[in-house]
Amino acid sequence: MSENVYVVGIDMIRFGRFPEKSVPELGAEAAQLALKDAGVKIQDVEALYCGNLMQASGMVGQRILHEIGQTGIPVTNSANACATGATALRGAWMSIRAGVYDLVLVVGVEQLGKAGLLGGAGGGSGISKEGLLGSNTMPAVFAEAGMEHARKYGTTFEQFAKVSVKNHKHSTKNAKSMYRNETPLEMVMGAEMIAYPNTKLMCSVNVDGAAAAVLASEKKARELGMRRAVKISASILTSDPFTQRDLVMPDVNTCTRQAAAKAYEMAGIGPDDLDLVELHDCFATAEILHYENLGLCGEGEAGKLIDEGQTAHGGRIPVNVSGGLLSKGHPLGATGVANVYEIATHLRGEAGDRQVEGAKVGLTHVIGLGSACGIHILEKTP
Amino acid sequence: MPPEAAAEARGPRPVVEFLKIPERGAPYLEGQKCRSCGAIFLGERKTCSSCGASGTLQATQLSNRGELYVYSIVHRSFPGVEVPYVSAIVDLEGGGTVKGNLIGIDPDPQKIKMGMPVEVVYEIAPRKDKEGNEYLTYYFKPRA
Repeated sequence: MSENVYVVGIDMIRFGRFPEKSVPELGAEAAQLALKDAGVKIQDVEALYCGNLMQASGMVGQRILHEIGQTGIPVTNSANACATGATALRGAWMSIRAGVYDLVLVVGVEQLGKAGLLGGAGGGSGISKEGLLGSNTMPAVFAEAGMEHARKYGTTFEQFAKVSVKNHKHSTKNAKSMYRNETPLEMVMGAEMIAYPNTKLMCSVNVDGAAAAVLASEKKARELGMRRAVKISASILTSDPFTQRDLVMPDVNTCTRQAAAKAYEMAGIGPDDLDLVELHDCFATAEILHYENLGLCGEGEAGKLIDEGQTAHGGRIPVNVSGGLLSKGHPLGATGVANVYEIATHLRGEAGDRQVEGAKVGLTHVIGLGSACGIHILEKTP
Repeated sequence: MPPEAAAEARGPRPVVEFLKIPERGAPYLEGQKCRSCGAIFLGERKTCSSCGASGTLQATQLSNRGELYVYSIVHRSFPGVEVPYVSAIVDLEGGGTVKGNLIGIDPDPQKIKMGMPVEVVYEIAPRKDKEGNEYLTYYFKPRA
């Protein structure tokens, strides 16, 4: 019989730019915050799962232990594009679910600085293809994904831009967000165009950040006290199944839909049972797609959902009340743990000014191009 | 023959492996079609990632006619890349989806229509490699 798994401690550092710190230092900071939140010591931890993308071969997890305590526990380092943090979390979840460990630490960490444009920087032989055979920069790739929705349903530039207005507004109440400024619609639409229809304010922010969680078996969670424990009722990872255009146009929809279906099945709930969602708004266009991919509305209704404010704080299904990747920031490896932090904080009733009242169930979603989709469903413990 | 003259005699190199430049006749894009499931890939491969069959992939000449599926107008790129330009995904007649620049139209969302008919055209790329070699590339152009 497989074990229930709980988040018994979780925290993140404020996302920002910390050029004076190293990746392990950032990770160590978050790890110690999470251990403190759980009320445990590094000596209590039986394994570490660490997610970091840019130093994937750099043994980041071990270097974090060099900062906070070399107890000799097994360390698994994972890299899975923007699903890196969720992949580490899922590794930890599986290890407890399998009955191997009772208490496991997860750290997601990234130092991006002002990385500028990601993707498309060349590789391959001959001449650079960027700007010759289209664009493989992330803003353009997600612009094209958004235009597919526009093609099908007539979604407008303004509707995409409204996502950014909403998420920036949400971030004003999150002290851990990189930016905390409202950006009215005219400002978002009038910002520098990066790749139509994504303006600069519709692109996620490259930042440094770290988030960490302590996961526990039911037995261990009971021992530590269940009051603030949050149940992980689904943990799912998918890769991109073959679809014809995926070869030249990364299909972020199919792997999300497959992950969502499996996650709802595992948790035994449906999208209507969710009280809040943190989804992968790497670009404003992406958030619109994922409303439908996650079943938050019917096919073709995503534009209406944003127009009616249903995904804003106080709406029917608040999305990205943390400010999302668009404003809180997107430190790749940390993102998939930080979004679990956001949901857990609401389920614990500790989100302060931005608390979604009465939140009992929440969902996190990330997608890494190439592709990997990670979904976690979290439930308040009774 | 000096190396430069030899390069010239060989003519331009293809920008990607799936752009074929026959000794005689016009250049074309080549797909690899799976006999088992019909999936079309760009570039040679041993196994079909759609159905998993091996040894079923066959070279097939792709059409130079297609329709614009989706696009983005790229305003920010890397140093040396001229902007704005239109990055386009095109579905070719008879199968195959290809990405490239859409030229011959203003980079203006009012003018570019998803679903519009386009053709594949072949031109010498405006970039050379470090050794000064020329490349033949392809573009999409609106067609009547």
